[in-house]
Amino acid sequence: MSLKDILSPFYVWKSAFEKPYTATNPIEDRPGSLRYRGFHQNDMEKCIGCGSCEKICQNAAIDMVTVKGIETTKEDSGLRPSIDYGRCCWCGLCVDICTTDSLQMSNEYIWIDTDPENYRFVPGVDKKSWDKNEKGYNRSQGYQLLHAQRIEMGMLQASDSVQSFVEIVKGYSKQKAIEEAQRCVECGLCVASCPAHMDIPQYIKAIREDDLKKALQLLYETNPMPSTCGRICTHRCEDVCSIGVKGEPIAIRWLKRYIIDQIPNEKMKEILNEQFTENDKKVAIIGAGPGGLSAAYYLRSAGYKVTIYESKEKAGGMIRYGVPEYRMPYDKLDKDIDYIKNLGVEIVNGKQVGKDIKFEELDSQFDAIFFSTGLNIPYKMEIPGENNERVISGLYFLDEVSKGNRPELGKKVAVIGGGNVAIDAARTARRLGAEVSIIYRRREQDMPADLEEIEEAKAENVQLITKAIPVKIEEKNGNLLFTWNKAELKNVKDGGRPKPVPIKGDLESIKVDTLVSAIGQGADYSFLPKKIADMLEYKHYKVKINKYGQTSIPKLFAGGDIVNKTADAISAIADGHRAAKGIDLYLSREKF
Amino acid sequence: MYKPDRSKFPAKDKKIELSSQKYVKVWQGPQHPGVTGNMALEVTLSGDEVVDLKTHVGYLHRGFEKLMERRRYIQCYPIVCRICVPEPDTNEYLLATAIEKLSGIQIPKKATWLRTLTLEMSRLASFLMWIGGQAGAFGLGTVGQWTVTHRDYILDLFEELSGGRVYHMYTIPGGVRDEFPNNFAEKLEKILQKTEKLLKKIKIMMFDNAIFKSRAKNLGVITSEMIDKFGIVGPNARAAGLKRDLRKDEPYLAYQELDFEILTLEKSDAFNRAWLRYQEMWQSIDLIRQIMKKMPQTGEYHAKVPNVLNWKIPPGEVYVKAESTRGEYGYYMVSDGSEYPRRVYVRGPSYTHAMAVLPELAKNVNIADLAGLMTSLHTYPPEIER
Repeated sequence: MSLKDILSPFYVWKSAFEKPYTATNPIEDRPGSLRYRGFHQNDMEKCIGCGSCEKICQNAAIDMVTVKGIETTKEDSGLRPSIDYGRCCWCGLCVDICTTDSLQMSNEYIWIDTDPENYRFVPGVDKKSWDKNEKGYNRSQGYQLLHAQRIEMGMLQASDSVQSFVEIVKGYSKQKAIEEAQRCVECGLCVASCPAHMDIPQYIKAIREDDLKKALQLLYETNPMPSTCGRICTHRCEDVCSIGVKGEPIAIRWLKRYIIDQIPNEKMKEILNEQFTENDKKVAIIGAGPGGLSAAYYLRSAGYKVTIYESKEKAGGMIRYGVPEYRMPYDKLDKDIDYIKNLGVEIVNGKQVGKDIKFEELDSQFDAIFFSTGLNIPYKMEIPGENNERVISGLYFLDEVSKGNRPELGKKVAVIGGGNVAIDAARTARRLGAEVSIIYRRREQDMPADLEEIEEAKAENVQLITKAIPVKIEEKNGNLLFTWNKAELKNVKDGGRPKPVPIKGDLESIKVDTLVSAIGQGADYSFLPKKIADMLEYKHYKVKINKYGQTSIPKLFAGGDIVNKTADAISAIADGHRAAKGIDLYLSREKF
Repeated sequence: MYKPDRSKFPAKDKKIELSSQKYVKVWQGPQHPGVTGNMALEVTLSGDEVVDLKTHVGYLHRGFEKLMERRRYIQCYPIVCRICVPEPDTNEYLLATAIEKLSGIQIPKKATWLRTLTLEMSRLASFLMWIGGQAGAFGLGTVGQWTVTHRDYILDLFEELSGGRVYHMYTIPGGVRDEFPNNFAEKLEKILQKTEKLLKKIKIMMFDNAIFKSRAKNLGVITSEMIDKFGIVGPNARAAGLKRDLRKDEPYLAYQELDFEILTLEKSDAFNRAWLRYQEMWQSIDLIRQIMKKMPQTGEYHAKVPNVLNWKIPPGEVYVKAESTRGEYGYYMVSDGSEYPRRVYVRGPSYTHAMAVLPELAKNVNIADLAGLMTSLHTYPPEIER
């Protein structure tokens, strides 16, 4: 201890002459930094109500609530996060996990209100002074808690795939499937958009947990044709997937395929373990497409005796005879059908109702009838020269190839149309060695075919000619000369697809050996007796049904392409399920 | 007039009998400025001398470890920073590292440097807060005013970097959440210079101060025999001559690439412990400068982690540790393969320092020095009561 030690504390007096550290006026605003985690902002334009923020919040400060003025749509749950600032710890994980980047934080942190209830509000809906504040926390680019990129699916190269009818998509391995299943945030938007309302988040979870038995059981709850849908489904679920907003949607379709492909045929019965008591009611089903098979499965598992009448040699409908083997291998389709058959469903093949068996006969023998006969009459182009024998329909062509025939196409083929049938016909023709062009009325982005199919077709060297309105077909020097009028597209008022309008005098033509027309198809009701056909109600040539799938004749139920607008397999399956429930209600209750 | 018989005090009875009227029992805390946080000291006095002391915890009511067992791995991350408020980054770092080690994730190089930086910045901030408390406990309130302000300057930097002043939540499993903001290096250097200026003032005000010297010297001496017996770590042990610092002994993050020595002193009394920490603050400033110089300028700062909502970690167990301002800080984590940790055990250095060492050192200490003694051990109660 020295004199210095006694004197040195007096050094503090020097501070009296220094500038004070603290702000002179503490009431003054001190804005938060650029990244400050302050009150939340939510961009209502972007938010889809996926609820990931609610899921990650460890304080349970976020509740998804309905909001006035926000409608539930297929892409939007209609819910919005309501944040309780009595619980929020400002960690910002909700911002990090947001699948759309709609949720952010402002740098505002001071807010005084006398009513504690006001500290719970829905950002973006309940207007706050910081809503437009551009400063504040948002997720940085180099950091993410979700995976935007899909686990890559192994596929045959276009140069190989075009050589044969071998399935292009190779399927996920276990590890890859689990990794892909990891990406799911279980928002459930997919469930609402799936026509069959499959429990997608749960079966994806089962994949994650490697519980394929449970996954399979979940599939069969709403869809008895998983092997089919795992390959050729139009996957509307993926269109609304919340991960797809910023990245690539979860490969829901491939995951479904993974489940069913992992389970051997002989194990199916043991896993699904269907228990039902037989009843003596009988149901006839006309058409063994996805709609008929689905109805048969659910009716059979409710104990009904089910007989399916199918005009073709094998069951499967358009899945077998309209979808080429490289997309839907027949053994995989048989897996779905065989399981349904094994439950005790009788399928009568090669018998066309209305021709080989009278409809009235079914009417008298069965307690209820379900028909899903599909669309099988190709539309005509209604242009001169169409009746040439080298102009064939896409449906006929695909049907022939499915039966194992190889129609003589010649060297050059043109396919007219832009739907999946057109693409399938074009790619099948490529596999038979032809040079193929697709000719479509509108632009490429207007094509109703799946985007990936179009891309794959292009990769297989299918030429695309767009904005071309068919004019005529002439036969010249042993070739067909197909002429079209170039079109320009005009927007329509009601916001539908733009309308192609011919540009006067701008004609072009192409020389081909075979012309495949695939511009759509219509229903064929000729199997119904006139009396019955007249009694049914129609809307745009489609049979009108009620919410049970029942037509205006109580005993008669309908589904599939002849009923719904979407005309795809999954809708038909959903229709079949609905009609099965309807028939069950109709037959088991006195009052319906 | 009653004349107290001073010869009786302090009583040296073998057994403390309160009814003998030689003793009085008082509680210091939990609401007491001389107690470092949510704890209380049950003090038995004879006269003004402490004859017995018990540390009581249980005022926090959180149960961090248990909370974590009910949360997904990512959801633990906003919790752990609360286990040590003045220095949250050690907890964030250890949780993240435990998760990364269990799931085999390698973090990018840049992230290791950014993590090292936050650890050193928070070390400095934590020491600044501590030295204010230490000075305040001996009546030097002015130092506390200065250092808390300077801690706030560092918190300003944290706010710029992470968006949070106190709970930074910057070190996340997989790396860190963001890059430097604009002009961060310049701002940091400015604050470091300010802090250096402050440290020079503190030297004059505190360590050259007759009052502080006379009260802190020889107060609460930790002998080298006590170190292993009580499991004393950090500056408390280093001041007694133990050359142990995890940053050097088992280098983690980027510490291997930094140039520094373990500081030690001969005798661990309150004064020397303060002096050692004071030296470590200078060291920390030097380390921050080295980090800023050696850190790669570009590169990724967050590794790919599984979707955190479904993050399952393979079964296993891991113990990770780091040198905090109070010494070795550890996280023991067990995974049973599910989405939730089966067990997280937090080893806070304050546990032994406050629960075992303090009652030992407090004996025969004047009650006026008790607050100073307690602060000199640098304890944070949430580490005890996790």
